[in-house]
Amino acid sequence: MNAQAKVPGPPLWLLLELTYRCPLHCVFCYNPTDFTRTGPELSTEDWLRVVREARALGAVQLGLSGGEPLVRDDLELIVAEAHRLGFYINLITSGVGLNETRIAALKAAGLDHIQLSFQDSSKQMNDFLSSTRTFELKSKVAALIKQYDYPMVLNVVLHRLNIDHVEEILNMADRLGAEYVELANTQYYGWAWHNRDQLMPSRAQVERAEAATKRFRERIGRPMQIYFVVPDYFERRPKPCMNGLGSIFLTVTPDGTALPCHAARMLPGLEFPNVRDTSVKHAWFDSSGFNHFRGDDWMKEPCRSCPEKARDFGGCRCQAFLMTGDAANADPVCDLSPHHHLVTEAVAAAERPRPAEEPRPAEEKPLVFRTPANSATLFP
Amino acid sequence: MSADPSNDAKPINGESIPAIDRRFRLQWEAAQNAHVLLYPEGMIKLNTSAGEILKRCDGKATLADITASLEQSFGATGLSGDVFAFIAMAAEKKWITLLS
Repeated sequence: MNAQAKVPGPPLWLLLELTYRCPLHCVFCYNPTDFTRTGPELSTEDWLRVVREARALGAVQLGLSGGEPLVRDDLELIVAEAHRLGFYINLITSGVGLNETRIAALKAAGLDHIQLSFQDSSKQMNDFLSSTRTFELKSKVAALIKQYDYPMVLNVVLHRLNIDHVEEILNMADRLGAEYVELANTQYYGWAWHNRDQLMPSRAQVERAEAATKRFRERIGRPMQIYFVVPDYFERRPKPCMNGLGSIFLTVTPDGTALPCHAARMLPGLEFPNVRDTSVKHAWFDSSGFNHFRGDDWMKEPCRSCPEKARDFGGCRCQAFLMTGDAANADPVCDLSPHHHLVTEAVAAAERPRPAEEPRPAEEKPLVFRTPANSATLFP
Repeated sequence: MSADPSNDAKPINGESIPAIDRRFRLQWEAAQNAHVLLYPEGMIKLNTSAGEILKRCDGKATLADITASLEQSFGATGLSGDVFAFIAMAAEKKWITLLS
């Protein structure tokens, strides 16, 4: 472990995944595919304790996510306590369940910001990709968000089936009055990993989407921040995932498991403590789940001797594990990794002809929607 | 973005009245021993002088007031050049809005 990592700083970013229940069934969801096998959700009192303990450690950004956090009827209570403690509170939602009564209560409780997801720019594709009829409801929620004077942050996860609609998506964001738009290319974990072959765009699709985003930026006549998150499979260096595991980010899953990133539960051989049994402080500072990948003692070659290791921390541990079977390997996105061919092969496979612009692509393997039934089928 | 007229049109002088933009929240964070600006899913950690200037941007004090207050607090003189330069940068980044 290097000197800096011996005394980790505070978990500045706390993400509470309040529930895995969700009215949407998105094919690109990063939630674990075995979510139906996890234990019962934490109680209100448990969540309030987590919020208090994390704030005492110095956490300041709070994300409330899931699943769909609005499914929890104690969301307003959690927001009120977090606000009292000085958190900046972000609600990350599909919008389903956000009516005027609840947004008024959340505003009064001190919620700072709402990030609303759309799956596409058209009712047809939005509803297909989420396997729900929610497009019109989301549009109404967007209007409520404006009405209650929240900064409007739209998040659209991009992939093979919607990335060609980027211009329409940005026009929709403009019509809705968005101030921030995140065009987040799919990252392949959970359900997205399961559906990777069907979701991976071709390189030409990515380039066209970037060009469309650039054109839109040049012509829009009002402030709108657009974040185009490049899909890492198309890069030659890995993302500095979580700024290094255990450096600033702490997730608590619905059943109380403390994780250094959303997906880390998959990493074998690590102890991820449960906040039912332990303090947030113990989880952050003393558990192997958080300490193992701090610093660089865990690194193998080519990362160990790489001059760029302090910049990208070897990339993503979960991606290394999913693709190579060893979480200590370099993220295969890096072209210095001996496993980089696994990434280039996946990208090459995406060069097959595109399906027609209809909702149900004519491909051999079906998309698997994120549903409790599919989870139970995958993990009987 | 340059198309936003809110700050660009206003010259910065001693009569300017800056306020923290509604899209940001300024807060002291003891754990970081610093002021921070919080915004949707992000945080900017401020150095001491940036924090001291921004915490005086209450939408009432003029830049002349703010400069005088800083000079008094830190036993210094001739800070107005640095303060104006910082305010210009903060306006460019939309951290603050100029009310006049």
